[in-house]
Amino acid sequence: MDQAKNFTKGFIRENPVFILMLGLCPALGTTTSAFNGMGMGLATLFVVLMSNIVVSLIKDFVPNKVRIPAYIVIIASFVTIVDLVMAGYMPALHDQLGLFIPLIVVNCFVLGRAEAFASRNTLVSSIIDGTGMGLGFTLALTLLGASREILGSYALFGHQFIQEDGMLVFILAPGAFIALGYLIAIIDKLNKK
Amino acid sequence: MEYIIIVLSAILVNNIVLAQFLGLCPFFGVSSKISTASGMGGAVMFVMTIAAIVTYLISHYILIPLDLIYLRTITYILVISSLVQMVEIMLKKVSPPLYQALGIFLPLMTTNCAILGVAILVIQQEYTLMSGVVFAIAHALGFTLALVLLAGMREQLELLNVPQAMKGNPIILVAAGLLAMAFMGFAGMV
Repeated sequence: MDQAKNFTKGFIRENPVFILMLGLCPALGTTTSAFNGMGMGLATLFVVLMSNIVVSLIKDFVPNKVRIPAYIVIIASFVTIVDLVMAGYMPALHDQLGLFIPLIVVNCFVLGRAEAFASRNTLVSSIIDGTGMGLGFTLALTLLGASREILGSYALFGHQFIQEDGMLVFILAPGAFIALGYLIAIIDKLNKK
Repeated sequence: MEYIIIVLSAILVNNIVLAQFLGLCPFFGVSSKISTASGMGGAVMFVMTIAAIVTYLISHYILIPLDLIYLRTITYILVISSLVQMVEIMLKKVSPPLYQALGIFLPLMTTNCAILGVAILVIQQEYTLMSGVVFAIAHALGFTLALVLLAGMREQLELLNVPQAMKGNPIILVAAGLLAMAFMGFAGMV
């Protein structure tokens, strides 16, 4: 496959959140602000890239029958690394993301890349695929976080531009569903053009 | 009294899907019909309760005494995925009708983040084993309630004339948002 296409497919065409509807739990649960969304996206990017690399390296040694448990253990190890590093160096962000950090392990998008791509392709394509898809996921979460923050608290990355209380509902749970619904509608429209 | 508070809070106030965003994949994936939605709810309750008990015992009798709590994520996910397999094999032998009824929903359970999420929450909030079990059952009931309500809304949506751009996933997400808004009315009840 053309490597440039392989890299960019995650941004819009096969975006995990907007098009494939995978990994929705962290996408909705952590995006109360653009910064939190980006943090969650980057944590997932690290896990998907590292697990793609390892899965692609060991794909010839793992018997077919036990491949899924093996992939899950690999993913869980990297999730534990992210969890501990974040707790150590970014305790504030770690508290905000909370439960969703250990839950990266059951993010179907991460396991999906390992199973559908890394277990069948070379190391180089797996690295490119992991980076591209991870960046696409980060992009989706940042975009969703930014739209919720702009509407919900009239701010972006913590800088308030209207000194008033925002539409609180967008920070709360219902706003997450509604904002994502409209974002998907807009992106579908752009995709069709 | 403590159990009543746990149950009300888990089902209505902090609904696992609509307020805590766990288990969204099955929430959108299998909510097209009310009958499949309630089947999925039953399967989730079964596995979630067993998983909460087993991870509780492992945490308190193996991980904490040996000071291995940083292995939590790896242990839990391994336990849950083998548990799902075991439950599947046992059900097939012990109760074929139930196995038939749960069908394809059982294998899907491993990647349902609600199961792992509840197992971690039980430990984080330092429940006893009994309240942990009540907590897991109540969360599964909340999950089933949300799933069945959304399935009902989706069956009605089939008959409506939705704007072209909103067809498919967007309108389902907005419907789920309105459902979440209705559940916000319970805030402050417990």
